[in-house]
Amino acid sequence: MRTAYKIIIPIVAIAIIVTSVFAYQYLSTPQTQQTITLNGAGATFPFPLIDKWIAEYHKIKSNVQVNYQSIGSGGGIRQHTAKTVQFAASDAPLTEQQFTNASNTLHIPMTIGGVAITYNLPGVSQKLKFTGEVLADIFIGNVTKWNDSKLISLNPDANLPNQGIIVVHRSDGSGTTFVFTNYLSDVSQQWKLTVGKSTSVNWPVGLGGKGNEGVAGIVSQNPYTIGYVEFIYAKNNNLPWGSVRNSAGEFIEPSLDSFTKAASFAAVTLPRGDQSWSTVSIIDSIVNNTQATGAYPITSFSYFLVYKELNVLPNMDITSAKALVDFLWWTIHDGQNYSADLAYVPLPQEIRTHNEATILMIAFNGEQLYQS
Amino acid sequence: MKTHRVRENAVKSPENPTIFIHNLIVRIRRTMKKFSKGDNLFKLLTAVIASSIFLILGLMIYELTVGSRLSIQRFGIEFLVGTKWDPAITQVFGALPLILGTLVTSAIALLIGVPISLGIGLALSEFSPKRFGFAFSFLVELLAAVPSVIYGLWGIFTLIPFLRNNVYLPLQAMFGFFPLFSGLVYGGGVLTAGIVLAIMIIPTISAISRDAFSAVPNTQREAMISLGATKWETAKTVMSYARTGVIGAIILGLGRAIGETMAVTMVIGNKFQLLPTSLFDAWYTMSAIIANEFTEATYDLYVSALIEVGLTLFFIALIINVLARLIVWRSLKLVRGIARE
Repeated sequence: MRTAYKIIIPIVAIAIIVTSVFAYQYLSTPQTQQTITLNGAGATFPFPLIDKWIAEYHKIKSNVQVNYQSIGSGGGIRQHTAKTVQFAASDAPLTEQQFTNASNTLHIPMTIGGVAITYNLPGVSQKLKFTGEVLADIFIGNVTKWNDSKLISLNPDANLPNQGIIVVHRSDGSGTTFVFTNYLSDVSQQWKLTVGKSTSVNWPVGLGGKGNEGVAGIVSQNPYTIGYVEFIYAKNNNLPWGSVRNSAGEFIEPSLDSFTKAASFAAVTLPRGDQSWSTVSIIDSIVNNTQATGAYPITSFSYFLVYKELNVLPNMDITSAKALVDFLWWTIHDGQNYSADLAYVPLPQEIRTHNEATILMIAFNGEQLYQS
Repeated sequence: MKTHRVRENAVKSPENPTIFIHNLIVRIRRTMKKFSKGDNLFKLLTAVIASSIFLILGLMIYELTVGSRLSIQRFGIEFLVGTKWDPAITQVFGALPLILGTLVTSAIALLIGVPISLGIGLALSEFSPKRFGFAFSFLVELLAAVPSVIYGLWGIFTLIPFLRNNVYLPLQAMFGFFPLFSGLVYGGGVLTAGIVLAIMIIPTISAISRDAFSAVPNTQREAMISLGATKWETAKTVMSYARTGVIGAIILGLGRAIGETMAVTMVIGNKFQLLPTSLFDAWYTMSAIIANEFTEATYDLYVSALIEVGLTLFFIALIINVLARLIVWRSLKLVRGIARE
């Protein structure tokens, strides 16, 4: 009997505690409104911004609870295709194949990011200048010394040392790598044919660091290294960065301003929201545009991915669908006010207008959802 | 033992009626106990729980095989001997460098970790006062509880700069002509990964080898001392007596080193190449590439190839554990044999 009590008493105690927690939660939520939960998953790059949006949006609409898991763009696309989330976020648009698998996906650019070139060069105080060709040569292993004539001709004032260049890249699959290799593929035929663009590639030279922090760690601890990191990471951690020559012939530093300019030049070429975006790339659209003054060339969108017809999702009802559309609308308008504080780029007006048309396409059982 | 035997003999001889009746009652009680509900239920329950292990293992192999089907069909044996990992252009995946990287870093870890672990084990079982030994083994086992990502961060921010400036660069200055110590020194790489792994497997190996040393009968030590052996000579005998247990400990440590992911990823440099040019060069391991690339593997063949890496790792770990089991069995048999004598 004693032993029986020993088992029963804790079970009863746990049951009482659990019930009371649930009861508390149940009673503390207002009964007048039903809580709507929206689930999303995807890219890690926009996660701090999306997280901020979720918190701010909850203040305005307390009955809408948005959850976002930053599991990476690839995972987000997989979950979107499997229809296990209501929206996804990705740093790269869907490829043709992915777009076929997840037909009727809308692309909504939600913010803009860029890749900064960071390096550790003792004795060199000025910012280094790079061109796409030289970057490709460095990362493919054609340029191996800091005092290579190509680097000297770009930086005649810098006291470049006679030291080997240690290349550092991301070891984990990432949107940052996709953006960077996209750029290198555009500027170098050799890169395009031998390495290509992807979230991870077969790197010809260099060391791999895990995450932005891994790359930054190797670069900051080792002289004569060069690597690439997300601009936000470089900025928040005060890493040095170089300027890159754009197609207009200017050497441009990464900044919110130069990213915005790049995005505006790309805006005119964007396809309709429900078409395939597989070829969309800010990099591609400005790499040969000699008019793109002030634009930083290694810039890219982050996208929300959402189905055009929301009733394809299981467990989706009209109320949740409306809530989702309202949330998306809010993120590309009022939500953009939070971007700059977190070092994300607010969307230029052209792209907001483009997105408005896309969001108006979202429907539930054929019924347009957004009512302004 | 003896009383039991007497009783069994008694059961077989029904000549004595009182003993016969007594035995009958005992028998009936035993049979009743056998069929009592609670016991049966308990037996069933434990059987179900125990067999769930086979279920889990079977499911694991099944899922890994199904998941890697695409890659197995596409590459076959080429996957295990291939030396190219190109997810972007050719979409060809070969895991040989990863397998080598895993085995070599683990071997370095053993090379560094085993002597230290045996020293700890010996000190704890042979030389230290009991109370001190208790506190010390507590500390050593605490090391095993530190999450591997902490080892990784410590590796990046403390160990790498320290090794680079105080060990690797001086080593290169002295022995730079030797290929193993040539090339670029950046602090991370094969040797660093081996050192971090060594630190991580020391708790496992030292704890188990300490137990193996403690299990050596005291008669062995007494015999050695009575022959006039020094402490060191006694310790040598203890070690050779416990060698099978120690081998088991080493192989368990090796198992841990082979499966280790985060700490290695953070210090090894993640460079996909068949062989590194020196001990300071970067390399890659199987678990590291899974951790690195799985989240952003964007097409089915790529995911499938990563799962096949997992399957390969699973089988390598399985082989090592089977080896460990065999060796531990042998050592148990030996100990039993000696005890019988």
